[in-house]
Amino acid sequence: MLRSWKSLETYLLVAPQTLLFLLFLVFPIVMIGIVSFWEFNGFAMVPSFTWDNYSILFSSDVTLKTYINTLKFVGLVWSATLVIGYLVAYFLAFYVENNTVRIILFLVCTVPFWTSNIIRSISWIPLLGREGLVNQLLVAIGLVQEPVEWLLYSDFAIVLGMVHLFNIFMIAPIFNSLMRIDRSLITAAQDMGATGFQTFREVILPLSTSGIAIGSIFVVTLVMGDFVTIRIMGGGQAASVGKLIQTQIGSLQYPLAAANAMVLLAVTMAMVISILRVVNIRKEL
Amino acid sequence: MQKRSVTFYLLAGFFGLFVLFLYGPMLTILMLSLQGPEGKLTLPMRGFSFYWLGQVFQEQRVGNFVDGFQRSLLLGVVVLVLSLVISVMAGLAFRQRFRGSGALFYLTIASLIVPSVLISLGIGIAFQVLGLQTNWFSSGLGAHLTWTVPFAFLIVLGIFNRFNPAYEEAARDLGASDVATFWEVVLPLIAPGLLGIGILSFTLSYDEFVRTSLVSGQKNTLPLEIFGMTTNVTSPALYALGTLTTVFSFTLILLAFWGYNKLSKRQSQ
Repeated sequence: MLRSWKSLETYLLVAPQTLLFLLFLVFPIVMIGIVSFWEFNGFAMVPSFTWDNYSILFSSDVTLKTYINTLKFVGLVWSATLVIGYLVAYFLAFYVENNTVRIILFLVCTVPFWTSNIIRSISWIPLLGREGLVNQLLVAIGLVQEPVEWLLYSDFAIVLGMVHLFNIFMIAPIFNSLMRIDRSLITAAQDMGATGFQTFREVILPLSTSGIAIGSIFVVTLVMGDFVTIRIMGGGQAASVGKLIQTQIGSLQYPLAAANAMVLLAVTMAMVISILRVVNIRKEL
Repeated sequence: MQKRSVTFYLLAGFFGLFVLFLYGPMLTILMLSLQGPEGKLTLPMRGFSFYWLGQVFQEQRVGNFVDGFQRSLLLGVVVLVLSLVISVMAGLAFRQRFRGSGALFYLTIASLIVPSVLISLGIGIAFQVLGLQTNWFSSGLGAHLTWTVPFAFLIVLGIFNRFNPAYEEAARDLGASDVATFWEVVLPLIAPGLLGIGILSFTLSYDEFVRTSLVSGQKNTLPLEIFGMTTNVTSPALYALGTLTTVFSFTLILLAFWGYNKLSKRQSQ
């Protein structure tokens, strides 16, 4: 009697969370899948079953180019956030003695992320524009004759913006992994005569891979689905899958957008799974 | 690694640059929002006054900030409460293995990994097909929860992992029921962590844009309102809004920090 009540209690406790995700995650995704097979008659969706949307998608040049462009951003942003994030996390974990100072510095890194992404992206415009601060500085010191054009509304700006917004997702997991490394392992390595770099390569790096993996998964999914940063920093010229889907939604072509969304989901999941294949993060969770 | 080596100064310097990188843009808009009425969107600064900060509260040419702010605030509070309740309940259940725990766990993680655009599109389509109106308080709320609950849940798992069951056993030995044990023993002990989760959930909701973009219905949340401004006419009022919002978030975090310290101190007694 006691045992059956205990298990009922457990299921009651997880019911809200399960319900939430069934209603707002599973059901919507299933709906996208279903709608991707519907027809579009010019102004509304018509329930049916057709592969049209997918064939339009796969036969179009635009799709391939857009995906490649988005993957390009993923690669650039991922490498940048990895390097920056690892260096920052490493500094915080190993080079800061005082724990309180460490927490404060970590908060210093985290606080900007509590401001809206849009506002943070917009704030780059007065800095990077033709009359922006950076250009004014460059012209003043004489490094360039005229304002640099490619600082804003370019691929550079997009990658900069994304790195600016997303690096916390890399810093936090890596910081977490590094902090969990048993310090006695490091001392042991040093006792055995390893140099700093060797200790890093043989001890620290392997133990931090789960943090790197988690951070990478976050960054990859954020960049794959992004359309806001690309729009604001890229000035509407750069192509991205998110933006393509938005445009299709804007013209009410829901079935096409849905098909695109399913492809996006498949590609993103493929990337996530390959990251998980390389690194086992089960032990971290 | 104990002595102040060259590496330390290099890394510290890098860290300093990084902080500059993070805060630079925000300082710029802070300056720009303090311009006088002749101010434009780019530097140099023209005039100095609080004019634009006041302008934030007026009706803008496109959209109205105050309404959006109120909605985001209210929604944030609701999301905070719901995320806490849902994740703590689930966290309690996850302290032991049960059938389906793996599936629910992966489902929760999936909610974080699936690109936000898809969730927004999915909920939007689902509502349309069911004939329901999307609304910031129903579909918007659901979209926000798919983002905040996984974070809250993961943190709760971490908290319960480190939780010492001795207190609960002591309470049970003294004859307390399950519910009483929870309220009197568990809850006070995890309170500081819950505060952190609450603040996190609120800010995640308050700033959320992509997931909400298609499901907010007729009335916008603040981030959606801001986005509308960026694509149409803008003025330094936008920067002023940015400054105000940042100050608001900052104050919240300070309050949370203070609250966390108070709670932790009370615990160690």
